[in-house]
Amino acid sequence: MSEALLRVRVERKNFAAVTVLRNIDLQLQPREVVTLLGPSGCGKSTLLRIAAGLEREFNGAVSRGGQGGEVAFVFQEPRLMPWLTVAQNIGFSAGGQYDQAWVQQLIREVGLEGFADALPKQLSGGMAQRVALARGLYSRPRVLLLDEPFSAVDAFTRMKLQDLLLQLAEHHGIALLLVTHDVDEALYLSDRVLVMGGSQSSSLRLELPVALARPRDRRDARLAALKGEALTELQLAHVI
Amino acid sequence: MTSKSKTLPAPTEQRWKPGVDSAAWKRRGKGLVLPVVALLLLEVVVRLGWVPPYQLPAPSDIFITLSDLAAGPLYKHIGASVARVLLGFAIGAGLALLAAAWVGLSREAEAYLEPTFAGLRAIPSLAWVPLLLLWLGIDETSKVVLIAIGAFFPVYLNGVAAIRNIDRKLVEVGQMYGFSSAQLAKRILLPAALPGLFTGLRSGMSLAWMFLVAAELIAATKGLGYLLTDGRETSRPDIVLAAIIVLALLGKLCDGVLAKLETHFLDWRDAFTGEAKP
Repeated sequence: MSEALLRVRVERKNFAAVTVLRNIDLQLQPREVVTLLGPSGCGKSTLLRIAAGLEREFNGAVSRGGQGGEVAFVFQEPRLMPWLTVAQNIGFSAGGQYDQAWVQQLIREVGLEGFADALPKQLSGGMAQRVALARGLYSRPRVLLLDEPFSAVDAFTRMKLQDLLLQLAEHHGIALLLVTHDVDEALYLSDRVLVMGGSQSSSLRLELPVALARPRDRRDARLAALKGEALTELQLAHVI
Repeated sequence: MTSKSKTLPAPTEQRWKPGVDSAAWKRRGKGLVLPVVALLLLEVVVRLGWVPPYQLPAPSDIFITLSDLAAGPLYKHIGASVARVLLGFAIGAGLALLAAAWVGLSREAEAYLEPTFAGLRAIPSLAWVPLLLLWLGIDETSKVVLIAIGAFFPVYLNGVAAIRNIDRKLVEVGQMYGFSSAQLAKRILLPAALPGLFTGLRSGMSLAWMFLVAAELIAATKGLGYLLTDGRETSRPDIVLAAIIVLALLGKLCDGVLAKLETHFLDWRDAFTGEAKP
């Protein structure tokens, strides 16, 4: 296998006196889609924030692969600047002199033609999250980190956004590291599902490979079978 | 008409607008009902002799006094008062914005400065008057300083609150992009704090007018506060009321300018506007 794009080693991560993460070694290969699955409060978002460099106080190391490569982050909520238009939000990292053509292309790719000059208050939740995805892509990252990006939208919008995310990742050759607590979402999107859990401090409890070609069909019997296996494994690992 | 509007959607669009305007005018008309009725009642009551005119002049008399003043010294008084308010407000609000930014952004500065400001704030601002007169004399400086003190605290308090109320989640977006402090301030903190800053500026402006009157009532040879004193000393309630009306108009005008700026800059706010959309 080629050199990992992103490697996160966490020997130990404490919040005050409580150890939330212990002995984690996570690698992300180019174009790979990996999901961190686990119950609320298991530290999966913390692990993602460590990977993003937003959390710096921990024992361990984060290393980015050979050619480097930008890492971008998509939050659980859209977190758009309410005073900026859709286009300005997408180019936010570059400030006033953002690349107009690139922003227009991203707006087309996330299906928001005609909304370039709209303000966030005029957008639905799903549309706002599309803008957040486009903003994440603006810096042309090699890795996109997503923290429960679709947990706040309804089931129909979620399915659409999942497909959109996979298309974008495929088209731009981006690796995805995604946090979720939705087993279906994890299995549908990922090459590998990493289950997190633990009674006191969390670690990676088990790895479920999903060796199905894309595009996948949500009704695929093999996905259903995998879900059954996954649930059994989760129960055995005392995660549920 | 119907066949025309079917082929040309544009005219129907235009027909819409006067409708909106007339609704707005209707709203304004509703606001005028109470003052107009009150003025008419007063006029009747005074004309009938139920209230002596040396205590409450008829609205029409006040209007005549006002137009007499307008032909003569009124603009001198307005000019003096407006200059004092604007200068005092600019100084007070400017310093308050700096202090608010400092205290709002730095916990260290807050630890050093906030207790002192809280203590100074506890002093009723008019208590400064004798001291200001002793230190700065009775000319312009003491008046401007008093107005600046009056405008300072609402702007400062709202400014600090505005900065501390900024959504941490938006700030984190900037941190993720590795923004410097200056970039963070300009691109996220300032726009996010703007609604609170405007609230502070507007209440600072209204306090500036209040302190202007206080300053001019005590010692002045021109200005609207002087007009008030003059009217009292010469037993002319019509002059007092005329000055009050002018003060109300000017205060409303200043607030209106700030309100216009506010809607212009804060168009993006997704706030409850208090009315159901038609």
